[in-house]
Amino acid sequence: MRAVKARFAEGQRVAVLDLEKSGHIRIPFYIRGHVGTVVQRCGSFLNPEDLSVGNVAGPVVPLYRVSFALNELWTDYAGGPSDMLYIEIYDHWLASADKGASSI
Amino acid sequence: MTSHDDHDHDHRDHDHRDHDHHEPLVVEDEPGNIEGQIIVDALQNLLVAQNLIAPGEVRREIERIESPGVHLGAKIVARAWSDEGYKARLLADGKSAAAELGIGVGEAQLIVVENTGTTHNLVCCTLCSCYPRSILGQPPSWYVSKAYRARAVREPRAVLAEFDLHLAADIQLVVHDSNADMRYLVLPARPAGAEKMDEADLAGLVTRDCMIGVAVVPPVET
Repeated sequence: MRAVKARFAEGQRVAVLDLEKSGHIRIPFYIRGHVGTVVQRCGSFLNPEDLSVGNVAGPVVPLYRVSFALNELWTDYAGGPSDMLYIEIYDHWLASADKGASSI
Repeated sequence: MTSHDDHDHDHRDHDHRDHDHHEPLVVEDEPGNIEGQIIVDALQNLLVAQNLIAPGEVRREIERIESPGVHLGAKIVARAWSDEGYKARLLADGKSAAAELGIGVGEAQLIVVENTGTTHNLVCCTLCSCYPRSILGQPPSWYVSKAYRARAVREPRAVLAEFDLHLAADIQLVVHDSNADMRYLVLPARPAGAEKMDEADLAGLVTRDCMIGVAVVPPVET
């Protein structure tokens, strides 16, 4: 099956895009536009946006676990600066946010 | 909106006056499910009539899906507490480590996150009800409630306090939103007082809530 090449490495800073897709998407609104750090490459999986309309032909897309500081997600977060959210994001929802990277 | 919806809404308000706070959780999924159930029943009757499935096959499949239970997760945790090598393999690749114990993980991968003296982990699924069903069985009703799903990522320390788990301010809290293909199991910290217990007795200490992260394993009285 065709596979999309993984663009990001562990430790890399990434921003979550707002692709404004409708239908069955797995990237919740609360995370969009935020910048986090790739903590793990999880392998590649069929895109749920394709699966939801019966397309099982692929390609498979890379999936990452990405960490975000909870006090960056929520400005009034009631907890310490080390509290984190880890969430899974597919490659096409991410852009590089490393220093020097082109803007998202 | 239809008149059916309006009626349901009135009914719900009425119930609120008469019943306690459990009511919203129960009502949450009702309107769509009634029509869905009619369609499912009709489809099942049709499939049986056409000899595409046998009577009882759906029931047996539901039984198979619902047969895994918390004891499988507890067995994994007890082994990790007893065997450092196993624990390392479990943290590196949860699915393979579960397979070592003869436990099949149906999900793509099982990610095991370890509670330590400095870090506490909490699992949720903000989008729906993703849960490591093959090792913990079906999720509790509160796990799939909209309130837990929204609040676990928004004010997790307040949620934990409602479960009577009061995390010290200097403990790092990591919330895992299982929104896609991975499933998560919390490896609780081995409790004080359990040093001499064998694996079977250790497994008896491990509860579902400890493996979701809304509880910790309390010290063992010696």
